[in-house]
Amino acid sequence: MLMISPRMASGMQEKQYTPSLLNFFIYNPTFGPREGEEEKKILFYHPSDVEKNEKIRNVGLCEAIVQFTRTFCPTKPAKSLHTQKNRQFFFEPEDNFWIVMVVRNPMIEKPNKDGKPPTVEYQEEEILDTVYGAVVRECYSMYKLFNGTFGRAMEAGGVELLIQKLEKFFYRYLQTLHLQSCDLLDVFGGISFFPLDKMTYLKIQSFVNRVEESLSLIKYTAFLYNDQLIWSGLEQDDMRILYKYLTTSLFPRHSEPELAGRDSPLRPEVAGNLLHYGRFLTGPTNLKDPEAKFRFPKIFVSTEDGYEELHLIVYKAMSAAACFMISASVELTRDFCEQLDGLVGPQLTLLASDICEQFTVNRRISGPEKEPQFKFIYFNHMNLAEKSTIHMRKTASVCLTSVHPDLMKILGDINCDFARVDEDEEIIVKAMTDYWVVGKKSDQRELYVILNQKNANLIEVNEEVKRLCATQFNNIFFLD
Amino acid sequence: MSEEHYLELCENPVQFEHASSVNNVFFDEANKQVFAVRSGGATGVVVKGPDDKSSVAFRMDDKGEVKCIKFSIGNKILAVQRTLKSVTKNASVLGFCWTNWNEIVFITDQGIEFYQVFPDKRSLKLLKSQSINVNWYQYCPETTVILLSTTVQGNVLQPFAFRNGTMCKMSKFEIELPVVPKPAKLSLSERDIAMATIYGQLFVMYLKHHSRTANSPSAEVVLYHLPREGACKKTHVLKLNTTGKFALNIVDNLVVVHHQSTQTSLIFDIKLKEPDSAVNMHQPVLPARSIHPYRIPLAGPAVVPSQPPVPCQLYSSSWSVFQPDIIISASEGYLWYLQVKLPPAVILLQDKGKLMDFLLRRRDCKMVILSVCSQSTGEKGSLPVVATVFDKLNQVYKEYLEAEQTYTAAMESGPSRGSAAQKRPVRTQAVIDQSDMYTHVLSSFTERKGVSHKFIIAVLMEYIRSLNQFQITVQHYLYELVIKTLVQHNLFYMLHQFLQYHVLSDSKPLACLLLSLESTYPPAHQLSLDMLKRLSTANDEIVEVLLSKQQVLGALRFIRSVGGHDNVSSRKFLDAARQTGDQMLFYTVFRSFQQRNQRLRGSPSFNPGEHCEEHVVHFKQLFGDQALMKPSTV
Repeated sequence: MLMISPRMASGMQEKQYTPSLLNFFIYNPTFGPREGEEEKKILFYHPSDVEKNEKIRNVGLCEAIVQFTRTFCPTKPAKSLHTQKNRQFFFEPEDNFWIVMVVRNPMIEKPNKDGKPPTVEYQEEEILDTVYGAVVRECYSMYKLFNGTFGRAMEAGGVELLIQKLEKFFYRYLQTLHLQSCDLLDVFGGISFFPLDKMTYLKIQSFVNRVEESLSLIKYTAFLYNDQLIWSGLEQDDMRILYKYLTTSLFPRHSEPELAGRDSPLRPEVAGNLLHYGRFLTGPTNLKDPEAKFRFPKIFVSTEDGYEELHLIVYKAMSAAACFMISASVELTRDFCEQLDGLVGPQLTLLASDICEQFTVNRRISGPEKEPQFKFIYFNHMNLAEKSTIHMRKTASVCLTSVHPDLMKILGDINCDFARVDEDEEIIVKAMTDYWVVGKKSDQRELYVILNQKNANLIEVNEEVKRLCATQFNNIFFLD
Repeated sequence: MSEEHYLELCENPVQFEHASSVNNVFFDEANKQVFAVRSGGATGVVVKGPDDKSSVAFRMDDKGEVKCIKFSIGNKILAVQRTLKSVTKNASVLGFCWTNWNEIVFITDQGIEFYQVFPDKRSLKLLKSQSINVNWYQYCPETTVILLSTTVQGNVLQPFAFRNGTMCKMSKFEIELPVVPKPAKLSLSERDIAMATIYGQLFVMYLKHHSRTANSPSAEVVLYHLPREGACKKTHVLKLNTTGKFALNIVDNLVVVHHQSTQTSLIFDIKLKEPDSAVNMHQPVLPARSIHPYRIPLAGPAVVPSQPPVPCQLYSSSWSVFQPDIIISASEGYLWYLQVKLPPAVILLQDKGKLMDFLLRRRDCKMVILSVCSQSTGEKGSLPVVATVFDKLNQVYKEYLEAEQTYTAAMESGPSRGSAAQKRPVRTQAVIDQSDMYTHVLSSFTERKGVSHKFIIAVLMEYIRSLNQFQITVQHYLYELVIKTLVQHNLFYMLHQFLQYHVLSDSKPLACLLLSLESTYPPAHQLSLDMLKRLSTANDEIVEVLLSKQQVLGALRFIRSVGGHDNVSSRKFLDAARQTGDQMLFYTVFRSFQQRNQRLRGSPSFNPGEHCEEHVVHFKQLFGDQALMKPSTV
């Protein structure tokens, strides 16, 4: 079964197919070491309707490749296998547990005259190892966020439980993978931070601290505005994956009422004598419903000595969202939720309108219209801060970019070059389509700029990028 | 409950010979002097003032009973009144007041006369007089205002102000009586009126007793504001919530109302707004308490040395109360100053916001306020309360800073023409700055055991938030405290986020502190460099940091980008380049400086002062003489 989304190419009757997911499986070679027991190794296999022997064959092949490449470098076995039709990615997240993703290369189908079957041309070099390698790692991180490690399931209920959990999680998760729109941003897995003045930021700090004080069950809080992070009480790596979940899955699912704005039929709640627009994005949709269930998704985050399980309460008022995390050992009651709603709702509503106001003021001062519109991606490895003027707002289904995939691929290539060395570097590429692509790396930061200046020469491009750095990145140490 | 007595008598009262059949005692409110007159002065007059300097003893001839005796200001001239009638007119002399060292005002039942005294000529000169029927009068020495009770009912009050030989009639005003008597008779007693300055403004205080017929269930004190110019206005009403005999004092700008039957006192702060009542209605700040029990000290004249101190009877009927803060027991021979003790307020006033408002207006408030801060940040502290306390403090702090700034600006722009020279703003105890908070509250608080680090950080951030809200520049040591606390608890990511949003403002010391954290938290390096870059005055430091990390090219590119290439020490860079052991790097750096030399001095060679000889030798060893840049022959 292929998941194909055809795209019409210009003029010709050609059909273009984007990269798509062929297989996704998880195995542990130690679970079926003897001949005839190979099936026991397989913990999860997508698509599930593949014939058993083929599953065993594919797993066996991967095992063999990994084993074989280990002889060359014991610590770094193969990460991917390139073939004409597809590319396979191997990832060992926990000892002996392997995740393999097989992606079909993008292809062009050219119709033939005389009723002959069309010719298929595979574009073997179009997809990047770094991008899809990152996708596999993210699959695991996401599983771990909601289920804990594989090892944890094994301890709790053996292979059976693990298989059950994998089935339950990946069945749905794989449907949300959109391999055709994966790009450099997936490699970074960054966090977009909301720009904010000091005073408003301190107000948010104060809000978070007060809520955590009065509802002492709350262990950690994260605060977002406009799908951008402002504060995280979680450690960076946990926040990174939680941020991914919130911005690509949870928020898009709930975006419609917000888009309708304040005049929407969504009526504000009244707590005491204060109007507020707060509501739960996880847990009960309506607190007044006598049947309401007070169950929240559980997540796993790292602690100094392992992991802890937490309830994830996501509460939103207008564009401000607060995530409250509470130890899973506590049972959350209606009482608690009402208390939280009454306390947080009015304050969060007020903060949201404060931030909104501040944001509009800042915008008016800086006047974005006057600035030359650069297309760029910025990423800082230190705080995972990412900024892109190339990507449109992410939605649940697609991540839109405003530039051609070819250019995105060049960005990915430059990134691979950067990854190879520690030194600061700068790469300038003239693309086929009159575009200039510039990549800069300074210490832990990377910047990629796309310039559309037909007749510009190298010096002019260099000047242009300098100008961008001077306006956009003047407050950080970013070497020219 | 002794810790709840918020009023006390001063420890060192003025002692004098108590009143008796042979000893008359007088008190002069203007000089705060007690006169003990024995046998009409023949056997001695002993004058005791607030300090030893103002104490005098003398004798005078006994020419009859003394009615009143007062020194002029500075003990220059003594005036004695012996009869009720004056010689010239057939009017009763109600009394006299010294308004200056040589100016005296006589008040008679028919008017007021203002004289200048010429002591050497032993004569008086009438400066001004005014005929008016007077029932009684009151004098406020602080403002040299005399208040006359006029009309039959006595409730129309006519104030006069005196200054430098002039007598100024102020606008008269009428006190609203609870009941208007018919037929008309004197209804406003001298005992129920007092004058005092509160927060720098002159007020007439009227003790309005309850009246069954007027449907007022309890007594109240009505305050009339008496401005230098303009009409007098009724501005405040203090609710006493009881009835009986009262006496008034003013201590530290608080109105103290003593209630004799319950032997308790109340205090009112007219600046403390009551949110739930009309604007100028005031309830007592604290519940009624008696003055702190007082024991007559051993050294007292009435006590035999071997006896223990005797408890003094408070609220005795023999007490006389004078403005602003004086209580005299003539029968025991003591004059006390009434004092307010602030610590009990901390126990009695639960609302911390109100407590801070109250404390910030008191004279000796600093240590008490700091103790409130320490308490609020203690185990039972709550963040909203902490925030309120900080905001109240910083409001006052900001006002002071602004006044100071305006003053400095005015001083710098030279003496202003016309207007009087600006006064340097007074720094009261209520100004609690960051160093006070750091020393007395925050530094010990962060060390305290049993307080969660979450709370500690929240409190520090709350203080920083409050300072920012009032646009007060936060001192570096507060940031240091935040960083120290975060680092102690391994909360590096939190620290990172604070820096990312510039909550901890940039400074060189902070950047250096961050650099020192690099070994435990590597991203601190980047944070520090960013900060140095933003400071834009720390280019040398940036170069040092980069060179220490062996990022020689980076350092070179940086110094070039900020235009400092021509001035840097070539030796420093060459040292660093050589240390890396990277020969190509050394070559590049060496050639780059040769080019600089060429550009600056027309020759690629290094000056002796640059101390690069060993590097030149090293370069030749590595790459040979021919690799050196040749001087261009242009």
